[in-house]
Amino acid sequence: MTFEYAPAPESRSIVDIKPKYGHFIDGKFVPGKKHFATINPATEEVLSQISLGGQSDVDKAVQAAQKAYTKTWSKLSGKERGKYLYRIARILQERAREFAVLETLDNGKPIRETRDIDIPLVAAHFFYHAGWADKLDYAGLGKSPQPHGVAGQIIPWNFPLLMLAWKVAPALATGNTVVLKPAETTSLTALLFAQVCQQAELPDGVVNIVTGDGSTGAAIVNHPGIHKIAFTGSTDVGKKIARAIAGTSKKATLELGGKGANIVFDDAPLDETVEGIVNGIFFNQGHVCCAGSRLILQEGIADELIEKLKVRMAKIRVGDPLDKNTDLGAINSKEQLLKIQELASAGDAEGAQRWSPACTLSAKGFWFAPTIFTGVTQAHRIAREEIFGPVLSILTFRTPQEAIEKANNTPFGLSAGVWSEKGSRILWATQQLRAGVVWANTFNKFDPTSPFGGYKESGWGREGGKHGLAAYLKEGK
Amino acid sequence: MASSKKAISKVTPRLEVKKTYKLYINGAFPRSESGRVYEVSNTKGGFIANPTLASRKDLRDAVVAARAAQSGWAKATAYNRGQILYRIAEMLEGRADQFASEISLASGVTLRKAQDEVATAIDRWVWYAGWSDKLSAAFGATNPVAGPYYNFTIPEPQGVIAVAPAENFLAFIDSIAPAIVSGNTVIALVPGSAAVAAMTFAEVLATSDLPAGVINILTGLHDELAPWAASHMDIDGFDISGIDKKKRTDLKVAGAENLKRFHHFDGAISPTRIYAFMEAKTVWHPIGV
Repeated sequence: MTFEYAPAPESRSIVDIKPKYGHFIDGKFVPGKKHFATINPATEEVLSQISLGGQSDVDKAVQAAQKAYTKTWSKLSGKERGKYLYRIARILQERAREFAVLETLDNGKPIRETRDIDIPLVAAHFFYHAGWADKLDYAGLGKSPQPHGVAGQIIPWNFPLLMLAWKVAPALATGNTVVLKPAETTSLTALLFAQVCQQAELPDGVVNIVTGDGSTGAAIVNHPGIHKIAFTGSTDVGKKIARAIAGTSKKATLELGGKGANIVFDDAPLDETVEGIVNGIFFNQGHVCCAGSRLILQEGIADELIEKLKVRMAKIRVGDPLDKNTDLGAINSKEQLLKIQELASAGDAEGAQRWSPACTLSAKGFWFAPTIFTGVTQAHRIAREEIFGPVLSILTFRTPQEAIEKANNTPFGLSAGVWSEKGSRILWATQQLRAGVVWANTFNKFDPTSPFGGYKESGWGREGGKHGLAAYLKEGK
Repeated sequence: MASSKKAISKVTPRLEVKKTYKLYINGAFPRSESGRVYEVSNTKGGFIANPTLASRKDLRDAVVAARAAQSGWAKATAYNRGQILYRIAEMLEGRADQFASEISLASGVTLRKAQDEVATAIDRWVWYAGWSDKLSAAFGATNPVAGPYYNFTIPEPQGVIAVAPAENFLAFIDSIAPAIVSGNTVIALVPGSAAVAAMTFAEVLATSDLPAGVINILTGLHDELAPWAASHMDIDGFDISGIDKKKRTDLKVAGAENLKRFHHFDGAISPTRIYAFMEAKTVWHPIGV
């Protein structure tokens, strides 16, 4: 007997997408001048028209944030600030399904992930930081640490609402006000979040959202009324921001690229490890800065593990992101698809061997099959550059020291993984790895209590936990 | 030089044996490959010393030494690092008079003020020594994640740190002690007349069981050395406390290429000065039977 595949699509009737959106400034939606289309990357259907924020929009948003900071938000007690954040967390939980569907439509990631990971983590981030608001004296930053003022926050398209939460929750908990720019291709959940701010009766101007492209982001970075920058995105743009603010007193946290090494020792439990490898690189289509994109296998188990991985990859369901069965959704944009294709071609050209399971990709939308490359050397571009797609580069090692050297041979330092049954070996490896997050016998786990951020060119500072608060506070006495 | 008056015999005048001021790289005292020196004189214009005017090549040599020494120094136990910093205080205490007279002579401050500065510097080493095994308690955490995972965060050294202190002995000490206590290695760019006491301090380091390469000292001009340090791709962080405010921008722009961590501090001692050149690492592991 065979089981026929039956799609189980989540209904999109729960979301109400307007044909056109403005910016959210000073508690109100204000119309923009120019607009651009935001599409569903799985179908190329135009979902809505998004305002392209210019200098005057950013000026207005910064003015609103400054006014809210001096007149309202900085005068509130931590206790009251916290209660607003708790309200927001609760409303996000109430409207979780709506956010999950909207995120999946606009981003292309599977509903299984938005429903079970993104949106629950978003609510958790607000709930966690709500509790900090009146406890900042215990954050290890001295007595009465003070906010910076207006935080300019620029977030990426891979976890749109989650990155908003990582930025907005700690900023508000610590008493800062916010001007936030969502990524060009994924503005819709941020604009829905603006409605949540209204429902929570958050004072006007505490959160301002200006939509747009890179030029809008640059206007925020360069605005003299911004005191602190928080950016998640590419290392290239991160370096530009570092240069742009070099002559100012602006503080910055940067969460940038990665080329995470996932090391498998020969005593690792192979079946669990295969699950971890799949989660490490194919979670969110590999659009993950901390993805385990370099698999570093001990030679003795390499062939067996790669065979098991292929068997498992053949079971990955690629398709409609709204289908609750889907494992791998759409690539977020045509631009990103071209970048993945270009780097994968470089892998072919440089002599690595490509393998993908047979899978049918829709002619409409942007798709890339789950892919592994074997025979990869450290010099290959696919071992050095961030692909930001469902493409895994596999290298091998003989001695533990060699594994560490290969893992650390990168200008990045965001994440790493270690698979072994031996406790002392795991602790040794986690000590040697130059990365801000190390997952041992697991991968791609996130929590608001757990600091996240990179060594070296993967960024400045941490987000989450006690460590993340430091970015938004001036040290007290 | 410092004890020249005492050294002269009452019976037969004896010519003082003066010190050659060189650099301190990888535990040795090389001259600059450039062959350059500059003159430090006292407030009346009298000659004191010809410290070395370090070059870009000297800086690169120092970075190689600092990088090679870094993992070993970071791997030393916190207890061991603390004892070595304390040993530096012991060695400095034993030569306090020599430092006071050198500082007084080269910088023109009164002997009394110089003595205070040296005493403060010694106490700073003691203070920072005690931090080595408390950083994890102050800057680490175990994190109660919502799931069956053990999750902890520990602070680790960033790697190789350049420091450009202001032109005085205490600023020099305040820049290197917090950088090394966590396990970083350092290249100190010591300007002007501060070179005199700094190079004598290298002799303290050489007798303190500090591994070669952990602290490297270059003397000369900030204007010349700091831009090379800022753009060097194998330097992870840069303490620019002693750099003129107007000149910091260009350094930060150059350092953006490897996202170098730039920090500057006022004179106060604080553990955040240590943590500024550390990175938080978070480790996850499942819990289960």
